[in-house]
Amino acid sequence: MRPFWVRLVVVLTVLTGINYVTWRWVASLNWDAWWIAVPLVIAETYSLIDVMLFGMTVWRLKERTPPSPESADATVDVFVTTYNEPLDMVMATALAAQRIRHPHSTWILDDGDRQELRDLAAAHGLGYVTRGAAWSGMPRHAKAGNLNNALMMTSGEFLLILDADQIPEPDILDKTLGYFNNRRVALVQTPQYFSNVPDSDPLGSQAPLFYGPIQQGKDGWNAAFFCGSNAVLRREALMQLGLVGYVKETEKSVRRALSASQAAIRKARKAASNESPLLLQTLDEVEAATLEARRQLDAGESLSEITYRARRRVDRAVQSLVLADVTALQADLEEIAAMSPVQVGEAGVPVVTEDAVHRMAARDWSPLGAIESVQAVLDALSVERTDEAQPVMPLATISVTEDMATAMRLHSLGWQSVYHHEILAYGLAPEDIGTMLTQRLRWAQGTMQVFLRENPLVQRGLKMGQRLMYFATMWTYLSGFAAVVYFAAPIVYLLLGILPVTSLSADFFLRFIPFMVVNQLLFAIAGKGIPTWRGQQYSLALFPTWIKACTTAARNVWLGRPLGFAVTPKDRQSGGPRWSLIRPQIIVSVLLVIASVVGIGRLAAGMSEPIGTLVNVLWVVFDLVVMSILVRAVLYRGYQADEPDDETSSITEPSNERAARGPEL
Amino acid sequence: MDLSYEVKDSYAEITAAGRLNMVSAPKLRDMVAEVVAKGTSRIVVNLEQTAFMDSSGLGALIGCLKAARQAGGDLRIASVQPQVQMVLGLTSMDKVLTSYPSAAEAFGDD
Repeated sequence: MRPFWVRLVVVLTVLTGINYVTWRWVASLNWDAWWIAVPLVIAETYSLIDVMLFGMTVWRLKERTPPSPESADATVDVFVTTYNEPLDMVMATALAAQRIRHPHSTWILDDGDRQELRDLAAAHGLGYVTRGAAWSGMPRHAKAGNLNNALMMTSGEFLLILDADQIPEPDILDKTLGYFNNRRVALVQTPQYFSNVPDSDPLGSQAPLFYGPIQQGKDGWNAAFFCGSNAVLRREALMQLGLVGYVKETEKSVRRALSASQAAIRKARKAASNESPLLLQTLDEVEAATLEARRQLDAGESLSEITYRARRRVDRAVQSLVLADVTALQADLEEIAAMSPVQVGEAGVPVVTEDAVHRMAARDWSPLGAIESVQAVLDALSVERTDEAQPVMPLATISVTEDMATAMRLHSLGWQSVYHHEILAYGLAPEDIGTMLTQRLRWAQGTMQVFLRENPLVQRGLKMGQRLMYFATMWTYLSGFAAVVYFAAPIVYLLLGILPVTSLSADFFLRFIPFMVVNQLLFAIAGKGIPTWRGQQYSLALFPTWIKACTTAARNVWLGRPLGFAVTPKDRQSGGPRWSLIRPQIIVSVLLVIASVVGIGRLAAGMSEPIGTLVNVLWVVFDLVVMSILVRAVLYRGYQADEPDDETSSITEPSNERAARGPEL
Repeated sequence: MDLSYEVKDSYAEITAAGRLNMVSAPKLRDMVAEVVAKGTSRIVVNLEQTAFMDSSGLGALIGCLKAARQAGGDLRIASVQPQVQMVLGLTSMDKVLTSYPSAAEAFGDD
């Protein structure tokens, strides 16, 4: 029954939306004020595409029935990931994980390498994993690295991943493992729900629309996301991902090394032109080896053989270089001996053995090492992936939100995912606006990193529906730019009397109002009465966060700059309300108020139209109501349970590693 | 590699800091030739800050030894670091080039 109505409203939304936006482009642009008219119509087009993608998502809304029972001998590892969360929080989660009914092993994955936690784990019979020596000096890849490390040390067929604050129900595996009877299912995600959030949810922590119609809709397109916690994964699928990724990365780095070799050798040859002809000969040989390797790579030969042969050839050339040094040295020694035999060792002239020659030709002592550019090329000609702690990295490391990137890669390998719509773990949300903003920024940055590094629209192996499901989430994070235009347009009209639309006649209202109404209706029906207003407020009100995420992620991906912020603050910020965190929103609000006063003054003075003023003042009121949530957020003093209890306050600190989704509510 | 020398009472001390490899070896040979040309053939190469030596570096040291002997003097090495010591031992060149704990001690006996 519901699908029919949802689909009907989707169709109506698309029709009225296209009708309105087409009219805006074709017949209503005020070209005299193009500098505000064009941005506004682009922002409106952005919003139309956004709602169309939402419509597409809920078109296939999937309400699953419980799966067939799981096989009783399925082996499971439960991972509790932690970095710096309080020990009692970690232990509360780990002990709840231990009580999960289906047979399993519970592991604490402690990236903080804390001795007390190791002791606590041992005392309770829990597994404890931390990074080994191989990781020192290597990229750590945050939570993805933590999980990848643990994957190599455990062996269960399935993995349940829990953030340090996500306390699981004992039946979480009974409810989810059955889906894996389908051999192609790699992931079962359950909702993330927070127990320390009041009904009013001032920080917008719960994501009922995301962990509801959006995930159910994505599930319908076989594109349910992995959200980092409260999910079960199939080890085999992750390992396949790791191996495929390893081969891809290796081929990429070998190709990069080969294409860099030409320039490096040319440079070295120039520098060595007045030195020994032997060195030039060696460089020729290295060049020949790289050219041959390139030819073989293009011909599709195996990487390990190509690099092995190239290295062998280079090694031989280096050996002759060493041998030449040694021969010259030996000749010098003979001459010295001829001058004064007594002074050159008792047993005559020492002879450099073949073993010594080999040793001195090895990679770390090779004379070619003196030419750093050439050595760098040779080092890269390896399949050992010397720049990573472990060659196989099952969880994607291209983004700070490893979960989304990993799910997308699983989908592009043809694996299926499941969204199980039932709360099976209870977590803790941030309790202050500063932590919340940092967390939202991180998710947004991570999503944009994936968008820029592995754009879903062009990933091989994904179905069109899956591409658009990933794209939809990324698209929502562009909303910050549209928001700025939506704030600017009424200010411009009220202050200057400049309307971006040619007229606010019946033409406008007849097209705009139906679109707005069915649009809201769509959210209401698809959401089946769940509260979505808080999410709508935050998706507009956090515009500075979304913009910052886009710009920092672009700088990170294109220019290699760091993302520019560290870790989520550990403790709730003490002291007074931190208004400075929402300075841009305060400035915009003040501007909106000033503009309204001026606008009403202009109306009184007969300088502007009543309808235009009314529409824009209403618009301002809407914007202010939306942003008013930030005032409550800044003043929010943390969660007060019905019976305040100091004992629990110490563990209601937020986790750093949690994942949920941003503007999608 | 940074090379410099200082003429002392009875010998000249060459300080070599960095990697003694294919690129820097010719510079060491040049410096020894320069010192010998100026009339000092008793030379100590201070290797305290030489962390690495390859076969070309070793060849240069022996070449310099030859140059010093031909001029009637000798070349000795001081404060040898682990990797350089390994190369010398592996090639038996430690039998030809004796290393001394410090530059001052190298010509201490004569």
